[in-house]
Amino acid sequence: MISLKSVSHEYPGGHRIAFKDWQINHGDQWLLLGESGSGKTTLLHVLTGILKPSAGEVRINETSIYGLSSKALDQFRGRNIGIIFQRPHLIKSLSITDNLVLAQSFAGLPTDLDRVNEVLTSLGIANKKKAYPNELSQGQLQRVSIARAVINKPELLIADEPTSSLDDKNAAAVLELLLQQSGINQATLVVATHDKRVKDAFTNTYELA
Amino acid sequence: MSPLKISWKSLWSKPLSSALNIMLIAFGTGILTILLLASTQISEKLDNNSKDIDLVVGAKGSPLQLILSSIYYIDFPTGNIPLKEAMELARSPFVKRAVPLALGDNYNGTRIVGTDSNFVSLYQLKTAQGKFWQKDFEAAIGATVAKNQNLKIGDTFYGAHGLSSSSDVHKSHPYVVSGIMTPQGNVTDNLILTNVASVWKMHDEHEDHDHDAKEAHEHEAHDHKAHEAHDHEADDHSNDESRELTSLLIQYRSPMSVAMFPRLVNETTNMQAASPAQESTRLFSLIGVGVDTLQWFAILIMFIAAISVFVNLYNSLKERNYDLAIMRTLGASRTKLFLIVIAEGIMLTLAGTIIGILLGHLVLEFIGSNQESSQAQLSGFVLLYNEIYLFVAGLGIGIFAAIIPAIQAYKSNISKILAKN
Repeated sequence: MISLKSVSHEYPGGHRIAFKDWQINHGDQWLLLGESGSGKTTLLHVLTGILKPSAGEVRINETSIYGLSSKALDQFRGRNIGIIFQRPHLIKSLSITDNLVLAQSFAGLPTDLDRVNEVLTSLGIANKKKAYPNELSQGQLQRVSIARAVINKPELLIADEPTSSLDDKNAAAVLELLLQQSGINQATLVVATHDKRVKDAFTNTYELA
Repeated sequence: MSPLKISWKSLWSKPLSSALNIMLIAFGTGILTILLLASTQISEKLDNNSKDIDLVVGAKGSPLQLILSSIYYIDFPTGNIPLKEAMELARSPFVKRAVPLALGDNYNGTRIVGTDSNFVSLYQLKTAQGKFWQKDFEAAIGATVAKNQNLKIGDTFYGAHGLSSSSDVHKSHPYVVSGIMTPQGNVTDNLILTNVASVWKMHDEHEDHDHDAKEAHEHEAHDHKAHEAHDHEADDHSNDESRELTSLLIQYRSPMSVAMFPRLVNETTNMQAASPAQESTRLFSLIGVGVDTLQWFAILIMFIAAISVFVNLYNSLKERNYDLAIMRTLGASRTKLFLIVIAEGIMLTLAGTIIGILLGHLVLEFIGSNQESSQAQLSGFVLLYNEIYLFVAGLGIGIFAAIIPAIQAYKSNISKILAKN
């Protein structure tokens, strides 16, 4: 269970933004809707422990994440939160397998190649495991970035604008993968977007004013 | 996956700029290695060869030349000194030991030195096979000579006039190898030792056949000419009056002698006294100018290399900012990112340092094996304790070049970087 309690953040310029309280139950699939500039990215960063808010508390499974030390928070994030960025940023110098192993080792977990195979297979890119990022198409890279996000069976899976640069067909495919993967890995899913096309797939919506 | 492996992979992903950095550092370290090895070996050789000799007495001329010819057997002798006067000095109360040297002949470029048993005790020589010379025209040869000239006990060879050419051979008397000395690691390995009388007699005979005696021995030969007729069968010591030596190596009896004896020689005789210690220092300071210049050059290259590694890391950090932020989202701590960047810098410079040290050794060995003069041969297959400082310097440069990018990686605000996308 994830909860956001009286969180507000003040930007360096002095502009202040307050977020409504938010409670996400385990296994829920949420849509985070908001136009650009509405604080969507800020809220995502606060939720994932990347940006400490000026006030308020974020709890993930009874852990108040901003009460953790910097190092402990990094590791907590690695183990419990999977993030999918708008563009798939993989480490170019590492093979696909190594990119996923990297995610395991940064989270402090042992290398588990079976798990790597399992995830890549479920995303239909097992044949690319030895390839390097620059040898893959954009769609394949997107799948690898989803694989990396779910490799450690996170509690929370967060996707930031995963469909905005894709055409209708691919957007639907990616969305389906996300829903499917969050189901397989029993992860709570939050998709942040301003893309109205994905609206119908979700019942829960958190809207930023 | 350890930070080291990530750094390693990252370096391999940009092989050209990594190779350039490694090359620059290897070049600088290589030059420093060569300088270190060469100057250590040269000064060791200088010290080793002159360690028990306090003073050299010879004919007037350049003191450096006298030292070079009488201790290092490199340059030509300054001339000759009368045996009588030399013996007077040898008997002086200031002198503990005086070693006569009669130079002037060579065998295939190896110098033949006429001397006596004092030379043997001065350099603490021993024979590995056979004995030291007992009679005229017997010779004890250095270990390197035996190997290079392929001489064995009982072999005979002809000396040639001069110090390096073999054009003017003394055909009248062959030398017989009576002993081969154990390797000493100094100049005596490259010498042929015999008694002084053999050198004298060689030139008595020589005079009969060749009236165009050359080089340093010209006037010696003329002096002998007058006595030739009635002294031909004479004993070595019967004509001391006219005999000459090239120089005298002196060991002092007491430290007091340092102040008195050189002045005595320079002021009361027609000879000069030269101190090996002083002249070696002077010689080394002459070489030193070149060594210093090269050293600064190498340090400059190292400095450029350090900047190049810094720029490389700094630029790649700008590109990799996002990569590093992603690593943070995957659970890597700030410290880990710091280590990854620092490790990259250290790997680059350490690889460069190791390659440079290896290269320096190989190049010096190559130079050494192509050297003409065997007296000062340099070897690349010597490890010096001081090389550890080169290693440390390499490490230091790596840390120096990587520390700013590493701190930046440590401090980077990932939220800002990710939001910028």
